[in-house]
Amino acid sequence: MKDISKSFQGVFANQGINLQIKSGEILGLLGENGAGKTTLMNILYGLYQPDGGEILINGKPVKITSPTESITHGIGMVHQHFMLIENHSVIENIALGYKHTPFFFPKIRIRDQVVAFSEKFNFSIDPTKKVWQLSAGEQQRVEIIKALLNGADLLILDEPTSVLTPQEIEELFRILKDMKAQGHMVILISHKLDEIMDVCDRVTVLQKGKIVGHADTKGMNKQSLARMMIGRDVLFKVHREKIPRGKKVLGVEKLNVLGDKGLSCVKDISFDIHANEIFGVAGVAGNGQRELAEAITGIRRVSSGRVFSQGVDITNLSPRRIYDSGVSHVPEERIKFGIAPGLYLYDNAILKQHHLKKFSKKMFLEYDRIKKHTNDLVADYRVATPSIDVEIKNLSGGNIQKLIVGREICEGPPLLVASHPTYGLDVGATEYLREQLLKRRKEGGAVLLFSEDLEEIFELCDRIAVIFQGEFTGILNSADDKRASDIGLMMAGSLRF
Amino acid sequence: MFRIKVSDRDRVTPIQSLVTNLLSLLAALVAVGVIFMVCGVNPFFAISKIFMGSFGSMYGFKETITKAIPLVLIGGGLTLAFRAKFWNIGAEGQLLMGAIFGAWVGLTWGDSLPSFVIVPLMFAAGFLGGALCGLVPAFLKIKFAINEVISTLMLNYICAEFLTLLIVGPWKGKTRFGFPGTDNLPDGAILGVISGSRIHYATLVLALISVVILTIIVYRSRFGYEVRVIGENPEAGRYAGIDFFKTSMVIMLISGGLAGFAGVGEVAGIHHYLGYPASISSGYGFTAIIVAWLAKLNPIYAIVSGVFFAGILVGGDAIQMSLGLPAATVQIVNGTLLVFLIMGDFFIKNKVTIQRSAVVDS
Repeated sequence: MKDISKSFQGVFANQGINLQIKSGEILGLLGENGAGKTTLMNILYGLYQPDGGEILINGKPVKITSPTESITHGIGMVHQHFMLIENHSVIENIALGYKHTPFFFPKIRIRDQVVAFSEKFNFSIDPTKKVWQLSAGEQQRVEIIKALLNGADLLILDEPTSVLTPQEIEELFRILKDMKAQGHMVILISHKLDEIMDVCDRVTVLQKGKIVGHADTKGMNKQSLARMMIGRDVLFKVHREKIPRGKKVLGVEKLNVLGDKGLSCVKDISFDIHANEIFGVAGVAGNGQRELAEAITGIRRVSSGRVFSQGVDITNLSPRRIYDSGVSHVPEERIKFGIAPGLYLYDNAILKQHHLKKFSKKMFLEYDRIKKHTNDLVADYRVATPSIDVEIKNLSGGNIQKLIVGREICEGPPLLVASHPTYGLDVGATEYLREQLLKRRKEGGAVLLFSEDLEEIFELCDRIAVIFQGEFTGILNSADDKRASDIGLMMAGSLRF
Repeated sequence: MFRIKVSDRDRVTPIQSLVTNLLSLLAALVAVGVIFMVCGVNPFFAISKIFMGSFGSMYGFKETITKAIPLVLIGGGLTLAFRAKFWNIGAEGQLLMGAIFGAWVGLTWGDSLPSFVIVPLMFAAGFLGGALCGLVPAFLKIKFAINEVISTLMLNYICAEFLTLLIVGPWKGKTRFGFPGTDNLPDGAILGVISGSRIHYATLVLALISVVILTIIVYRSRFGYEVRVIGENPEAGRYAGIDFFKTSMVIMLISGGLAGFAGVGEVAGIHHYLGYPASISSGYGFTAIIVAWLAKLNPIYAIVSGVFFAGILVGGDAIQMSLGLPAATVQIVNGTLLVFLIMGDFFIKNKVTIQRSAVVDS
């Protein structure tokens, strides 16, 4: 790939990317969320068209305009979310979209091919089983077989390990190494350092759409890789005043929570948060942050353990009662959870508070007071909007987020749970929201901040917990702790305190 | 090469919305006209006949109002359910259950109680009947995640067969000479009509009051707010701490109950006894789905759309008689209108532009 560029609405997702891969090689593509890894691979797979640059296969320039075309060029992709039909058998799934599906007795003949393949790569799979009966690892193998049967020489795997158990990950890596031995090429997209170190021959690091480093994994260790990924040794910019922390606001004891798939996502986590404190949870996405936040705020059930808000047990209470106990919540995906898009701005301004006495007298809402309150919110939190009589979906993401943060802070809650509050926002909005969190801290509030942005974590937090696979690999005491430089390793789970 | 580009509309003005709806109505009438042409009938004549039959004569207009009563009641209730994305397809069954409960009260106590007591009692019983029938699917949906489309739809058949069972079995009237059906309701249990028409005014007033109250509930009450939030974004509803069980139960209590009112009105105002399900209702529970949709899920607009669709039903009867078209014609007209209005929605939500695309050399 030569000089590949792609922008979405004026923002570069990829800029001047050069990438090469030789046969019999595994290339790692490393980078934080939003660094442009998936965009780049979607260009190679024909899902997106690059704005500039070209793709060369065996020295010849090609134009890949659809996944069908990329398959004819020998490129296959296994997506993060599997593209399988759960109610169909393995054979049927493979036959679908397979260009050589025979007309007569397709099942028997494809079954033979699947069996031959599993022998070649030395793994077991029952081709007659329905896909929903398979584990995530087995489903992934079906995807791999699908791609290889279609003649893929180059296989792109997008975050292949995010849904797998450690044993399944080992098995996957063994298969990848076998493929490599037989001359296939693999591109592995990941933001997990140890996986890259484990299987890749070379690694390319992306940051904000640009390549910031190429290296052979032989000459690297995790630390140098982490430095490449974050772009510098970790810096400390502390604007925070020193404030002695107050009384305990949130207590979490031996918390266990299950994820959407019924797997354990939060394992035996315990911590406290005090007034005048911002407690950060750092970690790579998908390590249990969402489940932890949802369990504390009552959206998800706690399977065991206890949560206390100012000494009161709030475990598994309804979200409304938890809110009333003094826990407010800026949710992770603001559009998906935080607003009702088709309702007016002033309707959304009271989403969490509409049951409070000041906004509703008995059965009916007091729209006069609600509108006055909304006008105050819009002014106080600098929400740019033509009026409060617009449907909130017409506002930009940053303004929606300002309204949500304002809504959650305005009642002065003892605890604010904020999940990725500045994700995807521009610099101005980001700074503004960070100031608001610090202001909350100064006023005696406590904040539980989930973020993938280490800079944000270091700038704001008094204490930082690092989460990996549902466990805290350590809680660092304030950002000037010496161990802070090890945070990358803690995020990868290879260092614990 | 031309390319059709579809993009979200940021804002929709009321004028745009009105114009789009009128255009889709016009397009629907053109399509209906084509169908009439295929049937060998002059489309202009047939369509004008529909509107003359329903709104053009005093008799037709009275009939239209009579048929609008159940449509407004049920359609109003459905706007609430649909707003919360609770797809209640069971209004027909809820109507029948209301009719059963109301008739039972009327037949049992109609002789012994004065009219001003028995009529409210019948309506209360009808509300209860319809509500019970609506609460079952709500309960099943929230507690066991059973799809409400299936459960409400199937309950229609259960209610209809239950009614049939009653009228051929235990409730068969002595005055029916062995034909299925209950005895006539006692005079005190029969609703008064505006003279020279079949408009049972008690139900008419009830329908108008109901949709007005419902409108206030939807746009002004805390419950209505929660319904709107759930309908817009259930995830946000959960995040906001809205109790889905309670809200869904109340929604279906109201939606089913209003259909039950309509059932009482049909029995006590029109037929005066319980007969076969098809004669009690003639599909009001299904037509009301279109009424609610055409009202853009705003209860007060259900008055307008209810009268409009009642007009099409009455006009349909008129062309059946005068042009000798089959009864199914009315349903075709109804269905075509709905399809076009829903397609119109697409143009309200999205902006469609046709542009000349640059030639790409490959």
